[in-house]
Amino acid sequence: MSGYLGSYATLGILLVVGVVLFGAAFAGNRLLRPHRPDPGKLTTYESGVDPVGGDWAQAEIRYYVFAYLYVLFAVESVFLFPWALVFARPGFGTTTLVEMAVFVAVLLLGLLYAWRKGVLRWT
Amino acid sequence: MNPVLAADITLPHINYGAIAPILILLGMACVGVLAEAFLPRTLRYPVQVLVSLVAQVAGLATIIGLALSNYAKKPTLTAGDALAVDGPGLFLQGAVLVLGIVATLLIAERSVERGGAFVAQAAVTAGSEADAEQARRQPSQTEIFPLSLFALGGMMLFVSANDLLTMFVALEVFSLPLYLMCALARRRRLLSQEAAVKYFLLGAFSSAFFVYGIAMLYGFAGSVKFHDIAVAAISSGKSDLLMFIGLAMLAIGLLFKAAAVPFHVWTPDVYQGAPTPVTALMASCTKVAAFGGILRIFYVAFLDSRWDWRPVIGVIAVLTMVIGAILAVTQTDIKRLLAYSSIANAGYVLTGVLAMQKDGISSSLFYLVTYGFTVLAAFGLVTLVRDQDGEATHLSRWAGLGRKAPVLAGVFTFLMLSFAGIPLTSGFTGKFAVFSAALGGGQTTLVIFGVLSSVLLAFPYLRVVVLMYLQEPAADAPTVAVPGALTSAALAIGAIVTLLLGVWPSVLLDVANSAAQFVG
Repeated sequence: MSGYLGSYATLGILLVVGVVLFGAAFAGNRLLRPHRPDPGKLTTYESGVDPVGGDWAQAEIRYYVFAYLYVLFAVESVFLFPWALVFARPGFGTTTLVEMAVFVAVLLLGLLYAWRKGVLRWT
Repeated sequence: MNPVLAADITLPHINYGAIAPILILLGMACVGVLAEAFLPRTLRYPVQVLVSLVAQVAGLATIIGLALSNYAKKPTLTAGDALAVDGPGLFLQGAVLVLGIVATLLIAERSVERGGAFVAQAAVTAGSEADAEQARRQPSQTEIFPLSLFALGGMMLFVSANDLLTMFVALEVFSLPLYLMCALARRRRLLSQEAAVKYFLLGAFSSAFFVYGIAMLYGFAGSVKFHDIAVAAISSGKSDLLMFIGLAMLAIGLLFKAAAVPFHVWTPDVYQGAPTPVTALMASCTKVAAFGGILRIFYVAFLDSRWDWRPVIGVIAVLTMVIGAILAVTQTDIKRLLAYSSIANAGYVLTGVLAMQKDGISSSLFYLVTYGFTVLAAFGLVTLVRDQDGEATHLSRWAGLGRKAPVLAGVFTFLMLSFAGIPLTSGFTGKFAVFSAALGGGQTTLVIFGVLSSVLLAFPYLRVVVLMYLQEPAADAPTVAVPGALTSAALAIGAIVTLLLGVWPSVLLDVANSAAQFVG
């Protein structure tokens, strides 16, 4: 447990324990349960609904666009946090404020564009 | 307090004047986005063309102003050393814009293909009834203009980036719009979308290599700044291995964009599938940007370790020239032929780069501009040869064009002779410059391969010429469209510069010579 790779030993043991535990749980399950398959049980589980269609179904593009807009603003807030920490310090002030305003304005431009192109309307 | 928070953070000083050209381009691209969002459909096209051209001309004027006010002689670093405003940087920015203006003329053309070369609504399923309807009636969408401004602004940022992170951000800024622009062809939309997906996936791979290389070099030098990497290369006690792995990964990312063998496989498919004006933009401006980045990395960060890596890049240069030339011989499609020729030309620029001395820089800069103008005019002519399916790009369809359209065939012959490196064309002076620089830098092997491959490459070019003049036209031969004012201007500029730089190269070579000093 010493030396350069020693600290990885814990991780390795955890992995081994994980695999053993997983195997033991499923093996125990297999031994204890009755085994009576029927077609209903063997179909894919889809929240109680009969599964329909293949897995190459077309995804609704609007989900993608909404997720994309969300990522845009999530990234913006990530940048806002470190900025909020330094902006009150001496020597930062107005310039920093203006720079952040420019940054937010550019993102806002994207939102404006999305709005005008009708991306925000669901129907 | 947390040590990170307690650390002394200083606001980097930004010399806004020195980076004004980049700011103008990116700012005007935002204006373009606003115009796209708020103007009525009929007004968008003229406004976008105007915004696009004004932005590039204003940017170019600012660059010339900066160069005249001695930024070229007294280079500066700004924005916390993230950007370098020096001779090569300004020259490359200017080159990107000059070529960008000509490419914009081709993009803005709307009379050769009715409504323009781009699809009206890219989201309509290709081949559907709605698609046929929009292809017949609706004019091109105009988002292509802000996209191209973003791409050009990113390229300008890329060639003046002075650290690896800025360079990576700029790489993405210019790549992402290009991926989109590739997918926007009006005709043969599936081919165009396929090209865009290929370019995007392979481009994402190459970006991943680039980022991994940045991580390796940061591990080696403890900094992403080129200057610090150069210092660490001499004085660091750490193993060089990390540095060479990092350099190799960076080189893969950059040589992919420059289309060097063996990272070239995307080039023919993308050049063929993309709308021809966008192909012209990629073949000229992207090449300038990619080699701008390669020059800066090799000459600023890795100059002192050149004895170790130069042979490896030399092998890549030889492969690029030879394989590009051989595969060009076998092509039957004019756009693919020009794509392979652009691969071989990347090898010639790389030969100039590997001279690793001052005239290596100046000759590479010169070559990039000469090649850019010629290839813009060549792709401009490709847009004119059409049949009912759009551009007739198969070489057999070009048979006998010399009789049907003597002017077009004449200009195309002249451009082909320039590609082949016949004297009195810019192709000759450019090749002469890079080969003599490489000889001066002791790269005789490269020059031998360069000359041999350009002899080989002359064959496919001359075959097109022979095809146009000495063969009978087919019964259903394509027609030659009358170029609109914008395409005519682009063709005239391309052909005249090709002739001018062939007859009087010193006009540009002197500028390149005086610009060829990187700031460290």
